[in-house]
Amino acid sequence: MTAHTFTHLDALESESIHIMREVAAECKNPALLFSGGKDSIVMLRLAEKAFRPAKFPFPLVHIDTEHNFPEVIATRDKLAADLGERLIVRSLEDSIKRGTIIIKDPDKPRNPYQSVTLLETIAEFGFDACMGGARRDEEKARAKERIFSFRDEFGQWDPKNQRPELWDIYNTRVHAGENIRVFPISNWTEMDIWQYISREKLYIPEIYYAHEREVIRRGNSVIPVSHLVQPKPGEKVEVLSVRFRTVGDMTCTAPVESTAHNAQEIIDETSTTRITERGATRMDDQTSDASMELRKKEGYF
Amino acid sequence: MSNTTQLLRFITAGSVDDGKSTLIGRLLHDSKSIFEDQLSAISRTSEKRGMAAVDLSLLTDGLQAEREQGITIDVAYRYFATPKRKFIIGDTPGHEQYTRNMVTAASTANLVVILIDARKGVLVQTRRHTYLASLVGIPHIVLAVNKMDMVDYSEARFNEICTEYLAFAAQLGLHNVTCLPLSALVGDMLVDRGDNLNWYQGATLMELLENVEIDHDVNTTDFRYPVQWVCRPQTEEYHDFRGFMGRIEAGEVSVGDEITVLPSGRTSKVKEIVTYDGNLQTAYAPQSIAITLTDEIDISRGDMFVKADYLPTVAKEFEAMLCWLSETPLDKNRKYLVKHTTRTAKCLFSSIDYRVDVNTLEQHANPTVNMNDIAHVVMKVQQPLAFDHYKRNRATGSFIVIDEATNNTVAAGMIV
Repeated sequence: MTAHTFTHLDALESESIHIMREVAAECKNPALLFSGGKDSIVMLRLAEKAFRPAKFPFPLVHIDTEHNFPEVIATRDKLAADLGERLIVRSLEDSIKRGTIIIKDPDKPRNPYQSVTLLETIAEFGFDACMGGARRDEEKARAKERIFSFRDEFGQWDPKNQRPELWDIYNTRVHAGENIRVFPISNWTEMDIWQYISREKLYIPEIYYAHEREVIRRGNSVIPVSHLVQPKPGEKVEVLSVRFRTVGDMTCTAPVESTAHNAQEIIDETSTTRITERGATRMDDQTSDASMELRKKEGYF
Repeated sequence: MSNTTQLLRFITAGSVDDGKSTLIGRLLHDSKSIFEDQLSAISRTSEKRGMAAVDLSLLTDGLQAEREQGITIDVAYRYFATPKRKFIIGDTPGHEQYTRNMVTAASTANLVVILIDARKGVLVQTRRHTYLASLVGIPHIVLAVNKMDMVDYSEARFNEICTEYLAFAAQLGLHNVTCLPLSALVGDMLVDRGDNLNWYQGATLMELLENVEIDHDVNTTDFRYPVQWVCRPQTEEYHDFRGFMGRIEAGEVSVGDEITVLPSGRTSKVKEIVTYDGNLQTAYAPQSIAITLTDEIDISRGDMFVKADYLPTVAKEFEAMLCWLSETPLDKNRKYLVKHTTRTAKCLFSSIDYRVDVNTLEQHANPTVNMNDIAHVVMKVQQPLAFDHYKRNRATGSFIVIDEATNNTVAAGMIV
């Protein structure tokens, strides 16, 4: 490799590896949040590049809403096992049993409640840094977030009072009880992720690729039929060729119509699509102009 | 976009009136990086506010308070790509915390677009933006003379502004300036050339962004390798493996090269350059790698590998230009922490020599340093640091100052 062949993916990869190593070196008890989704699978490969031939100096942690797609959970378990890394799973059900989450409507998306279980898990293990696969291009509130995002004792994000972040010198210091969320792939876009999946030949859950699926149309969205979502009277079940651009809570993650069967075909589709990733697929972000910002202020990741 | 695309980071400097948000909005729009759902969201907001046309500047307002108050609070990052390059825009607001925000966004930028209103010419704020760009050492400067439509696309007016600006830039030692006439509102010379500026033979803004040579924005000659993390797998297969992991901040390194470890001064040879994708013969900045050595010497995080042909300074005292970022002024009686490459150490300010007025560039012998102030200081550090002058090497000439009481980042420093 020469300086001339150092591509944007090489630059992003090297930046992410640098960030992960800073976390490992400066934080006492870090964790890597890993869901089995495409962004966290990219994070896993970056962690391999950062720390092999040694084991990761942190465990993988998943906050399971139990509203996840089974294919994604299977991928989560398979990848963690293949890599021989420790996976900690904590479920919203645990918090519900403890009484710290009270579900008002069992059919509603569970994403808002994830913050509670995440904060409880951080307290249980005493994590001072949690690395996550969020990207700044995902949502406008995220565009303002630092790579090292400081959280107070209540896990809250104060967007007006963020630490300035200069060069690539990261301030990782926290007082006891506080913690930071670290976003090593902040500067990656959806397109970068797909190009990296293609370049690295990463295994991702099959539902990211086009497949036939039973869906129902609600408003502007196509919603997958599952044990959590059944047609209401008057709704028609259709079979469409679809893929998921994001995989979250099954009750609020909509697929897009697609015939892309591999990463390259998805790259081609992504370069011509006219709708943002979350705009097309996340009904929970569309509740208001500031849905994500409000969730983040409450400790959401 | 292909897999051979390069990455360019840039910022725009200028006030709201100069059409900064319109320029960014148009770059995103004309490069087809705005999505339909984003466009329909800002159309709704524009309508609600009673505007006649879609206000592209709304695209860059991320937070609720900003949308409500029509202001921009902080640095935001935007992304777009063309077949040649992927771009990261550091978008900074133009109001009172300007210095702090611009220095933050400028610290990682390859290029700055300084916007001027063609009717107003070179203003105090133009000088301020240019001074900050030179202080933070942004490698490439583009002077965009905007609103050419408001001065009848006059070539004479454009030349007049450029002459005045280039004279000022030369005083600061800046010779890497490209001047460009444009109209962000109409779209002339941004992505398309338009029909109104036919006398201008140079590149459009997009062509400049796509083609400016950035391979030498990092120092390619003086090998600098701060050790981030020592990898000791302690497995059967890698029983004796000790990999010194880090990112090459400058220069290059090959297997067999003799290296010096600072600050101890011990020497050894590079045995292997290890990556997940296989061992390398040579590696270049800014690659993240692991290095193994032929000798067993005591090395830990914070040490720096260099080559003997150009050594950095190793010292406990240095002079620096400081940009103060905190609402609490600098307290000369207190100790702070300095983080420089991968080393963090206690420090104090042994003298505050002068403060620079960013509007007039005059020096003031003023001992108080408040938020947004730029000051020349002498610093003492508890442990020796291996550093270069910032002008020679951004990565090993920069540092941040942390207040131990609050853990806040209170200053950005450049070693002079």
